[in-house]
Amino acid sequence: MALRLPAIMKTTAARLSALYLILFTLCAILLVFYMTSLSARMLTTQTMETITEEVQGLAQSYQRGGLPYLVRTIERRARQPGANLYLIADANGRILSGNVESLELGVLSTDGWTDRPFAYQRFGDNNPDRRTADSSTSGAAQPSPPRHKAIALVSRLPNQMIVLVGRDLTEPERFREVVQRALMAALGMMGLGALLIWYFVGRRALKHIDQVSGASRRIMGGDLSGRLPVTGAGDEFDRLSENLNNMLARIQDLNEGLRQVSDNIAHDLKTPLTRLRNRAEAALSSNGTPADYRAALENAIAESDQLIRTFNAILMISRLEAGYSSEPVTKVDLAAAVRDVVELYEPVAEESGVVLEAPVEGAFMVNGNRELIAQALSNIVDNAIKYSLDSTGTPTVKVTLEKGAQEVRLRVADNGQGIPDPVDRERATERFVRLEKSRSQPGSGLGLSLCKAVMKFHHGRLELASADPGLSVTMTFPQSEAGK
Amino acid sequence: MHVSILEPAEINYSGPMKILVIEDDREAAEYLEKALEEAGHTAHVAGDGETGFALAESSDYDVMIIDRMLPRRDGLSVIAGLRSRGNTTPVLILSALGEVDDRVTGLRAGGDDYLTKPYAFSELLARIEVLNRRATSRESETVYRIGDLELDRLSHTVRRGAVDITLQPREFRLLEYLMRHAGQVVTRTMLLENVWDYHFDPQTNVIDVHVSRLRGKIEKGFDSPILHTVRGAGYMLKAG
Repeated sequence: MALRLPAIMKTTAARLSALYLILFTLCAILLVFYMTSLSARMLTTQTMETITEEVQGLAQSYQRGGLPYLVRTIERRARQPGANLYLIADANGRILSGNVESLELGVLSTDGWTDRPFAYQRFGDNNPDRRTADSSTSGAAQPSPPRHKAIALVSRLPNQMIVLVGRDLTEPERFREVVQRALMAALGMMGLGALLIWYFVGRRALKHIDQVSGASRRIMGGDLSGRLPVTGAGDEFDRLSENLNNMLARIQDLNEGLRQVSDNIAHDLKTPLTRLRNRAEAALSSNGTPADYRAALENAIAESDQLIRTFNAILMISRLEAGYSSEPVTKVDLAAAVRDVVELYEPVAEESGVVLEAPVEGAFMVNGNRELIAQALSNIVDNAIKYSLDSTGTPTVKVTLEKGAQEVRLRVADNGQGIPDPVDRERATERFVRLEKSRSQPGSGLGLSLCKAVMKFHHGRLELASADPGLSVTMTFPQSEAGK
Repeated sequence: MHVSILEPAEINYSGPMKILVIEDDREAAEYLEKALEEAGHTAHVAGDGETGFALAESSDYDVMIIDRMLPRRDGLSVIAGLRSRGNTTPVLILSALGEVDDRVTGLRAGGDDYLTKPYAFSELLARIEVLNRRATSRESETVYRIGDLELDRLSHTVRRGAVDITLQPREFRLLEYLMRHAGQVVTRTMLLENVWDYHFDPQTNVIDVHVSRLRGKIEKGFDSPILHTVRGAGYMLKAG
């Protein structure tokens, strides 16, 4: 699997985490330096306070006992272990007393705090070739470099003698180093951890995406039943995969619908096409008169028209059933639709001696497509008029509308022979099913299937029941919100 | 009652029309060209949208017949392009797409009429005749007169000679449409679309029955037929 670093670098997750890693590192470095310098400064301040106190003590000693007492005090203090630096020098900088052997040049000429840490050497620092104290009269350059750093407060006695009190910086320096090293180590660990996490997160994202692309390639390759992997972790990848899977299921449904259409078209149009072809062939091979040929051609046109009608019906049913019809949906008044269709069929009914009545008043609003509703209703009314002719009494077709709690029922009932067998009634809405009795009637056997598809499009249903005598066909529409 | 039946050949169509056909199916285009010329018109054929657009721009046509799906530039875009340049030549859209929504899109793009393939040539011919006359529309007239038949669109009254004829509202609209297109063939589909506003194909000959009922009202008791049946095509309202 392509999980090498360049590939991981290309994932959005890895890029984002790399950016965060860099930002984080910068902040951490800043933090380390801030922390160390802060702690060093605190130590220095503390040191300076101690020295100031000491100098005050020494000043008191000087006031009390003059120079000898001061020297004694200093000598005593200087001998204590871990003592501060003490030094008394004359006005020329010659070291007279104290525990400092040599100093960096120029320290003694400062007044007050040394402005920066200076190097010095202390008596007793085992330096084998150390020079004598007087060779370093002015704390001048030493052949062996002073090993320690210190800060000091330089003050002058009234007689111009110089008193220096200082403190070694080795320990604070070491402390600072330790803190810095520890922080740097922690930072390194964190960086390493971040890198590792970053790598695994990136790898995981990449793995997911590779799986998804793999699955989509398989699906594009024709396996529409394939689905994207869902790990069950419920993360964003899962949610995405689930949505895409739903989309795939929908596509599969539509595809299935389309396949069914083509199967149906192939199956159901081949028969009449064959008939058409055979008739044309028969006409061609016969030695007919021009009038015969003309009749054959007219027949062929009529047959083609019927084929086109069947074809259109199949296409429409399939589109409606597959649910990708783009027919617009608006508020439709079913009462108006009934009045229009009844008005359209009334002359035909009258001519056939059928009483067509529609006692429909008011408005019955549903969400739907006027054209489709009218088409379905006219199919049903058309059928009802034809089959009511079998009636023993006066052939009558009655169209009624009634409101239920949540729905509107549009019922067309005739008083013909109906379909006595419930199984037959069930089958009547299937495609191309033409019950025994209806075979003598013209039609494609698609009328009721079309109505059923129209009702499916309207989220309603189509039911056939016995009207005793006759057949009652009910179209049930969900009621429109505004129509209540 | 005697029903007057006209053969298509007997009909005096309006003067020859100059027609542009934009259709990429060569066989269909050739058939259309031949049939239009047999009907006395001049037809120019373009095989793709760009060529068709250029032809429509360069020459004046009475009617254009434009297929919806064309190579290089689709039919609706050609129509929209022509309309935006002020070309108002009537357009009949031919399409294999038959849903109401497709029809609405087509008409919105600037088409004047929409015919779904496959179609009968008589249907197409009747529709382009009507489109051609739309330029000299009778839309603004308040009273239509054909021979001794008179229809007042404001008072909703119909008279033939001195006799008042009572019509149902739908019959009135049917007669109004027929009179507006008097002298032209009007097909059953055109009646269903324009009088009932339905675009589906009713199984039974419902329109025929409506027309014969209307014919009964306007011809019964009069000597001359005025509402003629055109064999294989539709109806025509014509005096004499």
